[in-house]
Amino acid sequence: MNPIVQMEQVTKHFGKQEVLKGISLDINEGEIFGLLGPSGAGKTTLVKQLVGLELPSTGKNKVFSILMPSLEVISKIGYMAQSDALYGELTARENLQFFASLYGLSGARQKERIQACMEIVQLTDHIDKQVSNYSGGMKRRLSLAIALIHEPKLLILDEPTVGIDPVLRKSIWDSFYELKKQGVTIIVTTHVMDEAEKCDRLGMIRDGHLIAVGTPVSLKESMNSTSLEDAFLSYGGAN
Amino acid sequence: MRVMALVRRILKQIVRDKRTMLLLIMAPILVLTMLHLVFNGDSYSPKVGVVDLPTSLVEQLDDHEATINLYETTNEAKTALKERDIDGYVSMSGTTLQLTLEGSDPTINGETMKWLQEALKSLQPDSSSTMLKVNYLHGSSEMSQFDSFGPVLLGFFIFFFVFLIAGVSFLRERTTGTLERLLCSPLRKWEIVVGYVVGFGIFTMIQATIIASYAIYVLGMMMEGAFIYVLVITLLLSLTALTLGVLLSAFTNNELQMIQFIPLVIVPQIFFSGLFNLETISDYLSWIGPLTPLYYGADALRNVMIRGYGWGEISFDLLMLAGFSLLFMVLNILALKKYRSI
Repeated sequence: MNPIVQMEQVTKHFGKQEVLKGISLDINEGEIFGLLGPSGAGKTTLVKQLVGLELPSTGKNKVFSILMPSLEVISKIGYMAQSDALYGELTARENLQFFASLYGLSGARQKERIQACMEIVQLTDHIDKQVSNYSGGMKRRLSLAIALIHEPKLLILDEPTVGIDPVLRKSIWDSFYELKKQGVTIIVTTHVMDEAEKCDRLGMIRDGHLIAVGTPVSLKESMNSTSLEDAFLSYGGAN
Repeated sequence: MRVMALVRRILKQIVRDKRTMLLLIMAPILVLTMLHLVFNGDSYSPKVGVVDLPTSLVEQLDDHEATINLYETTNEAKTALKERDIDGYVSMSGTTLQLTLEGSDPTINGETMKWLQEALKSLQPDSSSTMLKVNYLHGSSEMSQFDSFGPVLLGFFIFFFVFLIAGVSFLRERTTGTLERLLCSPLRKWEIVVGYVVGFGIFTMIQATIIASYAIYVLGMMMEGAFIYVLVITLLLSLTALTLGVLLSAFTNNELQMIQFIPLVIVPQIFFSGLFNLETISDYLSWIGPLTPLYYGADALRNVMIRGYGWGEISFDLLMLAGFSLLFMVLNILALKKYRSI
């Protein structure tokens, strides 16, 4: 398998505070990779490096084997930030149309993509509602739909299921598996352990260190723990 | 005790927000200082041309507080008047003295007339006013203060509101995370800036048309030149306001901080827009005028609306406004580097 994302000895500091400390990580094509860690661990800073919003202080980020930031790569990435970046004054459809046209989608193709993405997040019935009237969970789902609009080969989702109820969360994860089947690589950050279990591989982050990388099963086995939570705590303690 | 906790929290918040604290203290000081310097400036001494008058009369006029320029012919004086080198000229037609005024500022008109009457009074104690005939190059004796200030205020309000609205809306783009989202798309930085300029440009064109039409056709503001020039000037002025607003919003974190720029960036511009006589402003401040966009916008609007001038006279002002917009746009693009380096 080809690594689609390569981070080489990436550090990042803001002033004196070091947020990422020498992170090296390969993420393979077609896997669902989870970044697990408490808030403030550096998950968001890490994914922002991958979408080109932040530059590493030292080290290198390569996505699709190209050094970031690169506009060519950016257009192949679907990014969903932690905060819902939506225009509240517009309807869901208008939001989708706006972002779709940023990626050069127009006409029938654009309509088709908007329809498909809204079906995945089950918002088709609310497509012409103004976004300011959306609930928190609906906004989250619309953000996801926007991240999917241009059929990216790499999806980077920062806490995608916060504020989404368990039923919908399951259906969203089903759609992740569906996308994975189509060859899409997905990177999700989370601090929810049961969600981490669903990933193919996990990276555990604490205080800017990548403390462990492996499949959920192997991480648990190597620490002789029954749950990921225990494994996480053991790795953290060992560090 | 809960009240005290609240009080403590509020005080802490103010102290943490250094700029708000600084503004609360510094802004009033700054504005008061400026008002002091603006209003306590020198009193106005008119610049008057004289055309072919008896030497005794010229000497008499020269004794009084004014700058006197001598001209051979009326045409020479008229050219100087158009260039605004002089405020008016005195000539003799038969036995009557004639005063021709530039006329676009009622205050200067008044000062010049007062000066001439004073000067003549000492010469011919009783008959001075009866012998004097007053002509106007622009405007008339009926021109009101509003006609003179109108174009400046028109420019100012358009500038002010475009500045604030554009600044706040770009600020929202940043605080809601949509700017970051835009920068995760293949959109280039200059495209964002140009998008804002064009989007708001269209809106401000409509705004400028409505406001200018209202001022001219409803309020009856003096309008000597062509309406299309007024539109072009206001459009360029609002583009400057827009790009400046967007640029300054990059240095703010919320709407309140955007409003804090008003006393620092907007109010001082009023002083140099021609609302107050620029020549009586203290030398400590007068250099600021040419650095402010409203200075050029207001000058161009007055040239068109009061003096009825056209392209030739306003092109420099328009160029300056375009230059400001362009400069701010480039700075905007550079400021976006903070979010994405390419």
